[in-house]
Amino acid sequence: MTITGIAAIGAGLAVIGAGLGIGKIGGQAMDAMARQPEIHGKIQSSALILAAFVEAVALFGVVVALLQG
Amino acid sequence: MDLVTPGFGLVFWTIISFLILLIVLRKLAWKPILGALSDREEGIQNALDAAEKAKLEMANLNADNERLLQEARAERETMMKEAREIKSKMISDAKEEAQAEANKTIANAQTAIESEKKAAISELKSTVATLSVDIAEKMVKGQLSDKSKQLELVNSMLNDAKLN
Amino acid sequence: MQITTLRHLVTILFLLFSITSFSAEKSDGKDEKFDAKKMIMHHVKDAYGMHIVTLNEGSPEEKHITLPLPIILWTDNGLTTFMSSEFHHDYNGEVIVEKNGGRFVNVHEKVYQLESGASSVQYDEEHHPTNAAKPLDISITRNVFMMWVSIAILILIFSAAARRYKKSTNNLPSGIASFVEPIVVFVRDEIARPMIGETKYKKYMPYLLTVFFFIWINNIFGLIPIFNGANLTGNISFTFVLALFTFIITNLSGNRNYWKHIFWMPGVPVPIKIFLIPIEIIGIFTKPISLMIRLFANITAGHIIILALMSLIFIFESVWVSPVSVFFSLFITLIEIVVTAIQAYIFTILSALYFGMATEEAHH
Repeated sequence: MTITGIAAIGAGLAVIGAGLGIGKIGGQAMDAMARQPEIHGKIQSSALILAAFVEAVALFGVVVALLQG
Repeated sequence: MDLVTPGFGLVFWTIISFLILLIVLRKLAWKPILGALSDREEGIQNALDAAEKAKLEMANLNADNERLLQEARAERETMMKEAREIKSKMISDAKEEAQAEANKTIANAQTAIESEKKAAISELKSTVATLSVDIAEKMVKGQLSDKSKQLELVNSMLNDAKLN
Repeated sequence: MQITTLRHLVTILFLLFSITSFSAEKSDGKDEKFDAKKMIMHHVKDAYGMHIVTLNEGSPEEKHITLPLPIILWTDNGLTTFMSSEFHHDYNGEVIVEKNGGRFVNVHEKVYQLESGASSVQYDEEHHPTNAAKPLDISITRNVFMMWVSIAILILIFSAAARRYKKSTNNLPSGIASFVEPIVVFVRDEIARPMIGETKYKKYMPYLLTVFFFIWINNIFGLIPIFNGANLTGNISFTFVLALFTFIITNLSGNRNYWKHIFWMPGVPVPIKIFLIPIEIIGIFTKPISLMIRLFANITAGHIIILALMSLIFIFESVWVSPVSVFFSLFITLIEIVVTAIQAYIFTILSALYFGMATEEAHH
């Protein structure tokens, strides 16, 4: 397997992790919004920030893949 | 690899351009815009505060009015009560006075009657005495013709006199 | 009236997008087989000169319409400048420009200076030039050019908005100010105030607002096809500089409490305190690095996906793929329009969060 292929697999793995993480954040945020619609805005903004944190970790993986690819 | 290495040229120009943008916008835009925003918000807040204050004052005024009304009502109540008391007192006073006056009049009348009675009795007594003396004189004049009769008369008169 | 104008504008922009994509790909796959990766990388990376459109492709009268931009180099012989049009759209190191005693070639949109004896560029097996060196390069590339355009537009918009406030007697917004005001208020009330705190947020407002609008407008410019992939916010140099500013401001405004939490974390046993010091010190740097990577990777990924979907047509060499390609790239473009705002928001709110952490007072 070439180094590019390995990089692609790495990027794919990073995407799985980020997908799970952001999916969980999104799901729980929806739950929370349904339970407390009055603080809907606050939940949305903190969910976005948390998603950004999770995404950052995945993006580190993607960047490493880009470095190799 | 190329993609994730910062290039000197763009870094250089970005630093300069961003600093210029920051300084220019700060002076030209953010200061007036944020100033206007906070001024307006302050104005709105002040207006709201003033309205709140006016509302409070109004409520105070209303409460004052209510209090005054209450006081006036209470005053009227007490005045009425006092008047009623005074009235009843006056009536009872008048009654008492009249009673006293009447008693006094009755007492005066009684004393007058008593003294009149006494005077009448004494007058009666003196009249009776003169009358008796007159009668006696007449009788004496009539009877004193004989001695025995005189004596008898004196005796009977003395007996009568004792009865009185 | 204004809404219909806007709608026309959007339609035209989408049309232009498809035109430029086609033209760019065709010029790449003229003789050899179409290389999607090469095409995408050329779009995503920086370049000398703004290539707008190619007319009469493949025919002898082929004509490139390009906005030439100055190339500024610092060589051994001092400052050397010439226009990018002197390379005649060559980026394979074939055209040699002689200026100021040096000979320069353009190899994949990087200027190399040939060594004194060399007459043409030699490559090693990884396609790196062996007989040429990179001089210090501060050229006005298309990203720098688009950055200046965006700066001019920002200054125009916001100074006009500020003038509107000055004109009105009761500070009420009108015209462009009523468009700008909700966003400024959003940055202030949803980003700065909750993250930094009521007492200190004012000091950071100019930086946060500038960063927010600067990133946002450049994200949008990256999506506008006529600018031909001026991918400024998807360039790591740009995000590096913005993250550097956030890093400097965070650490300059760090108070006693902030440094205490880094070097002597209160409330934990001493061995753990010692163990935490290196972690916290790494943390100082990972925060801005993650800011840098996040913006760069998000925007670049968006561009790569849109271009890759378009490349499908040329990879399969079938016109029947085009409806699918166009539909999906349209869909991704719409998502990217949302992402332009979200990434600007995320960068700003995280910067504000770091400022808030640096200025937080001890609460016990």
